[in-house]
Amino acid sequence: MSLDRSDVEKIAHLARLNIAGQDIQEYAENLSSILDLVDQMQAINTDDIAPMAHPMDAIQRLRIDEVTEGNQRDHLQTVAPAVEAGLFQVPKVIE
Amino acid sequence: MEWEAVIGLEIHAQLATKSKIFSGASTAFGAEPNTQACAVDLALPGTLPVFNAEALRMAVLFGLAIDAEIGYTSVFDRKNYFYPDLPKGYQTSQLFHPIVGTGHVDIELEDGTTKRVGVTRAHLEEDAGKSLHEEFPSMTGIDLNRAGTPLLEIVSEPDMRSAEEAVAYVKKIHSIVTNLGICDGNMSQGSFRCDCNVSVRYKGEEKFGNRTETKNINSFRFIEKAIKGEIERQIDLLEDGGTITQETRLYDANKDETRSMRSKEEANDYRYFPCPDLLPIVIDDEYVEKLRSTLPELPDARKARFIEQYQLSEYDAMVLSAYRDLSHYFETTANIAADAKLAANWVMGELSKHLNQNDTEITASPVSAEMLGGLLLRIKDNTITGKIAKQVFEAMWAGEGSADEVIEAKGLKQVTDTGAIEAMVDEVIAANKPQVDQYVSAEPDKRGKMIGFFMGKVMQASQGKANPGQVQGLLKQKLDALANS
Repeated sequence: MSLDRSDVEKIAHLARLNIAGQDIQEYAENLSSILDLVDQMQAINTDDIAPMAHPMDAIQRLRIDEVTEGNQRDHLQTVAPAVEAGLFQVPKVIE
Repeated sequence: MEWEAVIGLEIHAQLATKSKIFSGASTAFGAEPNTQACAVDLALPGTLPVFNAEALRMAVLFGLAIDAEIGYTSVFDRKNYFYPDLPKGYQTSQLFHPIVGTGHVDIELEDGTTKRVGVTRAHLEEDAGKSLHEEFPSMTGIDLNRAGTPLLEIVSEPDMRSAEEAVAYVKKIHSIVTNLGICDGNMSQGSFRCDCNVSVRYKGEEKFGNRTETKNINSFRFIEKAIKGEIERQIDLLEDGGTITQETRLYDANKDETRSMRSKEEANDYRYFPCPDLLPIVIDDEYVEKLRSTLPELPDARKARFIEQYQLSEYDAMVLSAYRDLSHYFETTANIAADAKLAANWVMGELSKHLNQNDTEITASPVSAEMLGGLLLRIKDNTITGKIAKQVFEAMWAGEGSADEVIEAKGLKQVTDTGAIEAMVDEVIAANKPQVDQYVSAEPDKRGKMIGFFMGKVMQASQGKANPGQVQGLLKQKLDALANS
C-alpha cells in the first residue's frame, strides 16, 4: 500500500504537524513501507485469535474514589506560556 | 405526503464521583479555575491514567437499571481531535467495547400509552475542560477543572418520532440516573446534557433522511423547542427543494433557533484506537450480581406500586414516582394524613407551586412532609376548611410554625357550632330579601344553583371558617322552608 502527497498532507493536518514541502515525498515513502509491513502481516491467518486490546496479558487495576490531588495551580502554571486570572491563555479559537 | 421526524439522543451524564475518572483531582462544581486540575488532567508528559472504581460501579448500575447487556470486558479507546480544552489531544472514551450494551426504557406518552425506546449503548469517557472566549480580547481562557470528570454517554436508538417523545425519554433517563444516585442531574450546571440528532422523512419511508446534531442543550424545555424548531426548519428546506447538510448545530435559547456550528466533513475523522495507557476492564458475574442486589426501587416499579398501594391515577403516580426525594415526601405525607389522594393533590398542587415559584429543591422545602401531613390531618378532622388550609400553608411556608400552631395563633379553627352557624345563616337570609324572593319563586330544580350566592355570603361572614357542609345543609333547610310555606 502506498501513500501519496495528499495523504501525507491530510495526516499532517489531522495531527497538527507542520511538514516542510520538500520532506513530504520522504514521509510518503517511509510511511508506505510501514504499511507494507502491515500488509505482510495481514497474510497470517488470525481467524481463531481474538483481537487483543493491549499487548500485556493483564487487566486494569482500579483506583479507590478519593480526592488525593489538591490545588497545585501556581506550581503547574509555572510552565504555561501565558496565564491570566487563573486561566491558561491560548490563541483565540473562535472568531 | 405527511412528514415524520426521526430523533435519536446522546445524553452525557456526569457521574457523581468525588474524584476524576483517571486522576485523584476533585470533581466538585464551581471551584476557582484550574484549582482542581492535576498533572494527569493537564496531560503533562510522563503521567498515566488510573481508572476510578466508582465510575465503573455507577456505569454498571445504570446498565442493570435499563436491563442492558453488561460489557464484561470493556476497553478504553482514544478519540483524537485537537481543541485547547482537551490537553491530551484525544478524549479517552469507549468505542468498540463499551461498558453497557443494548438496553431499553419505557416512556409514557400523552395518550396514556407507553412506548419502548431502545438504548444502543452507554460508554464511559472523560469530560473536557471549558473554553472562555468572551473574557479576553485576543486570547481564549482555558479552565481545566472539568477535564477528566467521568461521563456516561447514553446513546439511544433513533426511536423517537416527536419532540414530546424525545423529552419524555430524556426525563426518564434523568429520573433513572438521579434515582440511582449516579448523577446529580443538575442541567444548569452541565451535569446532565443532551445532544439531539434529528432528521425527517416521508411517513412510511424506510430510509432515514440526512440528520443534524444539535449540541449541549441544557433544559427539558429547550430540548423540546430546539427539536421542534429543527424539524420545522428541515421540512421547510426540503419543501422548498433544498437539501439537509449533515452538520452540528447550536441551539440559541434567546432567539429560539438552531444555527450551524461546523460541518462534519473533516471533524469526523477521529482515528479511534485502543488506548495503550489503559488495560482492558474485566468484571465477573459475582461483581455484577452484587451490584444488582443494591439496585434501588426505580421509577417504573414505584409508579406501579403507587397505583396499587395508594390507588393513585396513572398521571399522579407517574409524577410522584419520578424522583426519589419527591416520592419520599409524598409517601411520608400520605402516611401521616392517612389519605393518599389528598396528599397527592397537595404535593402536586400547593407544594409544587411554591417550590417552583421560589426555585427551591424539595429537600430544602420550608414545609416538611411531616408539617404538610399535620396540616392535612386538620382538614380531615374538620378543624379547618380546604380554603383556610391554603392560608395555613402560606404561613407554614413563611416559617410561622406547624399547622396547629398557625391555626391556634391566627384563630382559624373552623366553626362547627350549629348555633353560631345558624345565627349567621339567619342574618344572611334577613339581609338579602331580593335574592330570597327569587329563590322562593324559582322552580325547585333551579334552586340548587341559587344556593351558591347565600353560601358565599355566609362563608364571607364567617371569614371562611364556617363548616361548608353544615352551612349548605342549614341554608337549604331554611330557604326551602320559606319556599314551601
